[in-house]
Amino acid sequence: MSSAIDIIKTHVAYEWKHDRPLIACRMSPDGLQVASSSEDSTLQLWTVPSGEKKILTGHESWAHALCYNADSQQLVSGGCDGRIIWWSVRPNVPSILRKIDAHAGWIRSMAISPDNTLLASVGNDKIVRLWSMATGEKIGELAGHDRHIYSVLFHPSGAQLVTGDLIGKIHIWNVADRKLERSMDATPLYAENKGQSAEFGGVRAMALNIERSELIAGGTHKATNPFGAVHEPLILRLNWADGVLKKSHACEGIAGGLVWRVQWLGDGTAVGVSGGSTGGILLFFSDTQEKEIHRFKLPSLARDMDIHLASNLVATAHYDNHIRVSAMYAKV
Amino acid sequence: MTIAHYACGTPEHGSSRRRFLRQSLSGLAAGGSIAGGLGSLTFGAVAEQLKSQDMRIVVFNMHGGLSQLESWDPKPGTKTGGPCRSIPTSVPGTHISDLLPNTAKQMHHLCLMRGVNTAEDDHGKGTYLMLTGRRQSAAAEYPQIGAVAARMLNDENRGLPGHIVVTPNGGGGKGNEAAYLGPKYSSISLGGTKPPPNTTKPDAINDESEARRHEFRRHINQEFLTRRRTAITDAYTHSYEQALRLMERKDVFDISKESVSDQDRYGKHDFGRQCLMARRLLENGVSFVQVTHSNYDTHNENFIFHIEQLGEFDQSFATFVADLADRGLLEKTLVVVLSEFGRTPNINLYYGRDHWSKAWSVLMAGGKLARGAVFGKTNDEGTEVVDGQVDHGALFHTYLRAVGVDSSQSIAVDGRELPIADPAAAPIWKVLT
Repeated sequence: MSSAIDIIKTHVAYEWKHDRPLIACRMSPDGLQVASSSEDSTLQLWTVPSGEKKILTGHESWAHALCYNADSQQLVSGGCDGRIIWWSVRPNVPSILRKIDAHAGWIRSMAISPDNTLLASVGNDKIVRLWSMATGEKIGELAGHDRHIYSVLFHPSGAQLVTGDLIGKIHIWNVADRKLERSMDATPLYAENKGQSAEFGGVRAMALNIERSELIAGGTHKATNPFGAVHEPLILRLNWADGVLKKSHACEGIAGGLVWRVQWLGDGTAVGVSGGSTGGILLFFSDTQEKEIHRFKLPSLARDMDIHLASNLVATAHYDNHIRVSAMYAKV
Repeated sequence: MTIAHYACGTPEHGSSRRRFLRQSLSGLAAGGSIAGGLGSLTFGAVAEQLKSQDMRIVVFNMHGGLSQLESWDPKPGTKTGGPCRSIPTSVPGTHISDLLPNTAKQMHHLCLMRGVNTAEDDHGKGTYLMLTGRRQSAAAEYPQIGAVAARMLNDENRGLPGHIVVTPNGGGGKGNEAAYLGPKYSSISLGGTKPPPNTTKPDAINDESEARRHEFRRHINQEFLTRRRTAITDAYTHSYEQALRLMERKDVFDISKESVSDQDRYGKHDFGRQCLMARRLLENGVSFVQVTHSNYDTHNENFIFHIEQLGEFDQSFATFVADLADRGLLEKTLVVVLSEFGRTPNINLYYGRDHWSKAWSVLMAGGKLARGAVFGKTNDEGTEVVDGQVDHGALFHTYLRAVGVDSSQSIAVDGRELPIADPAAAPIWKVLT
């Protein structure tokens, strides 16, 4: 049973240390486990709340993409080696169920369909791929992005797939016929720096609210010096029906900040996690103002987060090797 | 004039020499006139022999500091290795980064230096020492390799400049890149694949009036030179005469004359076109071409930027090397891929790598260099050189030896004997054939 949410009282409840900097994290739907990936190319499974750690080896490179299936029995990971691995993560001894060569180059993001039958993966080869969750068989390919694809999510209906890329294009695909339905503009998240011959930014994260009326897209802006990490975090609030930009949630004073993930709380509060030169920050936004309504400073730079709505906990993966689980309610 | 900027804010300076030449060309095209005289530096028998050997140099400057770990010296599976992997090459036992699959197939032509330690982590100073073979000091200035090549290798009878620098937008370089050799050997800068500016005679000036203008200019120059002659005035005059010859041969700078299939093979992006331009210039006898690929100063998101930049570099560079080999030009052309330094083995909090000159790599090929060779070694995590350590001085000597120049010799300038390479350093004989 979770305590009543109170974001102002957010505090770190648990922290567990790995040997190397962490990259990504996800909480299992049942809230009993946190999975993370690290710069040593392994995955870690952390038992909540004891912090017992298990190591999974199978990728030949870093894994940016992690997904749990609906019953928390399987974890799917996508690596910079282009491979997708299905893992059995319950009850005690983790094992590899299936491993496929899925993409040419990095996999950046993955999502599982609401009915738990499809896995979508995206990455640097600019192709969206759909896979059978049951067999790993490729179901389809969607081509239409011109640059690296950074993020993917299924619409809660399962009928649409949403993908976002480096240059701020968001495509909405019909899952049944694999056709592009429409696109949205998130170019404020993109910067072309001609002086450095660099393209930077992109739609690093997306989330659709429970009412299915608003899509938030996270990344960065003010990228005056991309190579030097001179940029600040930005979240765009877009109208799902027509793609109109409703609000730009700029987060002032977070040098080197970039929103790695966005999610929604049950009460309609949008949440983003940002890294930055001064550490990691959880940012909370309402639809009434552009500025954040609350900012929670994490002890170290964060690179990913995952909210467990049922328990009002949020897991974060950190550069200082730690997984932290913060409670969004008052200390008991 | 613009130039790619470093992440850490170091500015580069435009070249007054190039500005001067542009103005000269502009003056020619628009009807300006100025006094001057013919170049005063003379070439000895050895230099003439060198020129007859028709050797050339091409430098690929990986602007900002290429990561050795994502290119020539990967350390996959280690603490410093990052997410990129290594792949086998055409030389058994030699692996390079998986970001360079096409270059890996050309490894049997290449000579890889994995033990470079230059002990200089500043952009400007690093660039200086890598291009001059000497550490920058207030006491003296030294000529860059391009100026030395123009001085030692270029056949002026071809009517083309001996020192050409191609950058994305035409800027870059130092104002005094020829140092004591004189401004005559400084570079002409090309912006991308555009020919030098103002190389077309205005329609309003017919051939007869053009000839009279130059006759008058030469006459006035000669009058002036009888009283006051300096390296500067010589360079001034040389620029005019060079510009005239260049106007006659401006088609050399037109890569649309290359086949469509070649343009496709090199890639339609800027760097692909610049590599094709470099091949075209070298085939036409230009003694030195420097192509800048920008930018690698990746303190932030090092891996994504290297994926993007090296994806572009790999296709064009591998095609370039293969073409030089197929056409028999590699024996006469030294190819160097350098930066001002490498990047830190440590991966920072932004997934970036910072400046690192203690243990990095330089790639070479062609001329009198060994083929398919790897010289030098770093430790398992790439933090130190453990075998075959070399520095900028040794590399500079080696560049010259690779094109048949005795790097221990001096050049006589105004009665002074000036060593063309640092006398305290020596060539890396083990990679020279």
